[in-house]
Amino acid sequence: MSEITYIQAISDGLREEMQRDESVFLLGEDIGNYGGAFKVTKGFIEEFGEDRVIDTPLAESAILGMSIGAALQEMRPVAEMQFSDFVSTGFNQLVNNAAKIHYRWGAAVPMTVRMPTGGGVHGGPFHSQNTEAWFFHVPGLKLVAPSTPYDAKGLIKAAIRDNNPVLYFEHKYLYRRGKGELPNDDFVVEIGKGRVAREGKDLTVLTYGSMVPASIEAANQLASQIDTEVIDLRSLMPLDMELILESVRKTNKALIVHEDIKTGGIGAELSARITEEVFEWLDGPIRRVTSIDTPVPFAPSLEEYFMPNPDKIAAGIRELWDY
Amino acid sequence: MRIEVIMPQMGESVAEGTIIKWHKQPGDAIEKDEIMLEISTDKVDSEIPSSHEGKLAEITVEEGETVEVGTTIAYIETEKDAEIESSGDGEDAKAEAAEETKEASPASENGEPIETKGRSGKDFYSPLVRSIAAKENVSQSELESIEGTGIGGRVRKQDLLAYLESRGAKPSGQPAKRTEPIKYSGPMEGVDVVEMDNMRKSIARHMRSSLDTSAHVYSVSEVDMTRIVKYREEHKAEFRNNEGFKLTYTPFIADATVRALLDFPRVNASVDMDKGEILEKRFVNLGMAVAIEDGLIVPVIKNADERSFLGLARETYRLANKARDEELNPDDVQGGTFTITNPGIFGNLYGLPIINQPQLGILGVGAIQKRPVVINDAIAIRSMMYLTLSYDHRVLDGAIGGQFLQRIVQYLEEFDGEGIL
Repeated sequence: MSEITYIQAISDGLREEMQRDESVFLLGEDIGNYGGAFKVTKGFIEEFGEDRVIDTPLAESAILGMSIGAALQEMRPVAEMQFSDFVSTGFNQLVNNAAKIHYRWGAAVPMTVRMPTGGGVHGGPFHSQNTEAWFFHVPGLKLVAPSTPYDAKGLIKAAIRDNNPVLYFEHKYLYRRGKGELPNDDFVVEIGKGRVAREGKDLTVLTYGSMVPASIEAANQLASQIDTEVIDLRSLMPLDMELILESVRKTNKALIVHEDIKTGGIGAELSARITEEVFEWLDGPIRRVTSIDTPVPFAPSLEEYFMPNPDKIAAGIRELWDY
Repeated sequence: MRIEVIMPQMGESVAEGTIIKWHKQPGDAIEKDEIMLEISTDKVDSEIPSSHEGKLAEITVEEGETVEVGTTIAYIETEKDAEIESSGDGEDAKAEAAEETKEASPASENGEPIETKGRSGKDFYSPLVRSIAAKENVSQSELESIEGTGIGGRVRKQDLLAYLESRGAKPSGQPAKRTEPIKYSGPMEGVDVVEMDNMRKSIARHMRSSLDTSAHVYSVSEVDMTRIVKYREEHKAEFRNNEGFKLTYTPFIADATVRALLDFPRVNASVDMDKGEILEKRFVNLGMAVAIEDGLIVPVIKNADERSFLGLARETYRLANKARDEELNPDDVQGGTFTITNPGIFGNLYGLPIINQPQLGILGVGAIQKRPVVINDAIAIRSMMYLTLSYDHRVLDGAIGGQFLQRIVQYLEEFDGEGIL
């Protein structure tokens, strides 16, 4: 066992997969010689060579298109969108090609797209968005969002080994803030499975990514009065509905927390599904704690106002508990 | 109020800046957003606007000097209270914002707190609470007696569970299990639910509609059927032999009715209220109501006026069989001008039938019973039968209705058996 950071876990996961399988290669902006904007791929080009660690032009559509092409040739590309905000210029490649080729031709597209995502880093509107909702809505894509170093490593491996296009949402805020003990041997976290991050019986918080540690902190703040269960979704598509519904049936109150903005965020779909499936188990409305519906502000004070944080989550828990 | 002006950070990696030029000098008035100075960083040169309105009080960093980001470079004096407050990324602004975010409701869209809407409170029971209550047989009045600790006095899950424990139960806190989709009202105690078939629905519609259409009135008369009864007794075996089916009273009554209808064409008619027309038919299509399993149907003897007694008998028998075998086709049940029905079939004295639309009358035949009657001031025992005529008073008044009925009575009582068989 060794204790490493979230970003180190991603790095290790990538390296191990590249060592294990020759068909795995990386492509993205500044990932080779520069080692990556956040240094995830530092040392990779020296170890694996420039054929497997490709510095691309500033052209997301090309990066994704190349990945699709390579995947169709039975390689396993791992593309990086330097900031997940930039994926919009490659949107068509992802949603109309990568997502639909298997449906249309029966050919697999085993590609992974790393999506450094999220705010709280004073990045402003184009470097801080949570873009998962855009792709949650596209049948044919898988989406994962680890919140711990263990899941970061386990899910990048699962994503690379998966024969479907998988979007891997790594949260920038967690890069150096999450630390965890990891086993040294090869392990994979199954896509489609969430986990109970904190067990409780009074109220369920459903969350993912950066809001997992924030929710746990909020829960701990209230621990003397409210016994909150925190579910880390880990997998956004497919969702682990079994785990989610089991928890809601147990506690009868559900609070959804995500850093993404409110309208049309994944929380909305979750809320609809919970009502459809377990309406009779609900002792209160399904509420959401999210960012507000604006672009991500640049001014730190405004960004703080914009986003959820442990205090806001705690207030949400308390209000729902009191209902 | 003295406001600090600090060296701004012009980029993430920028650590210091150089004053290129002061556009204002101490003592100058300055407006908000008016350009105050120019600075240079390793990336760009920038014009820096003033954050406040007032007077440039003091410059602490001169042109050409390079200082770290955050260093105070000047002071502005404003009209407001005497307090030093920093402009730009100060601690205070952060604290203020933090204050605001604490107040902001977590689930609000644009920073405004959500109001708890109407129904929460004493009169609202959540799906879970209702379900547990149903499972544990908690009555509505019991539920209403529970003190709720939720918002507005709402009864929460734990309140109900606490109540149940005090009542002695050991509730699981789970809603009643449901394996089927929930229906509004399920099966009731002691009630068997029978689905109405198409015929039943059709009868229901027709009967209701007929009562709503015609102005039903009724005339009742007695018929002395003794002669016909005698005749039938004497000839039924022979009839059976020749025809292969039983001779019933039906053809006798049918025959009399047809003749009476020919005498009173106004009864053998239908009405068009919109046009204000009565349509008298010169042919008689006689409907005969037949009871079948779980319902009734009215096959029609077409052109009954052209048939002989035997013909009526045969056709009646044929249609009745077809009805019971469920082999009637649409043509068999359409086009009737008058109907006969038999409420007396089970022994009842008489009935008050509903007119078969779009006809104007229907004859209800009662049971034949031996009764003492007065004939020529003496008492005799006779086979008597009640006849009821239901008819539509929109078209037929009491005079014609009564007379028509009497005509049938007359034909029946005059029966002499001549030329029948």
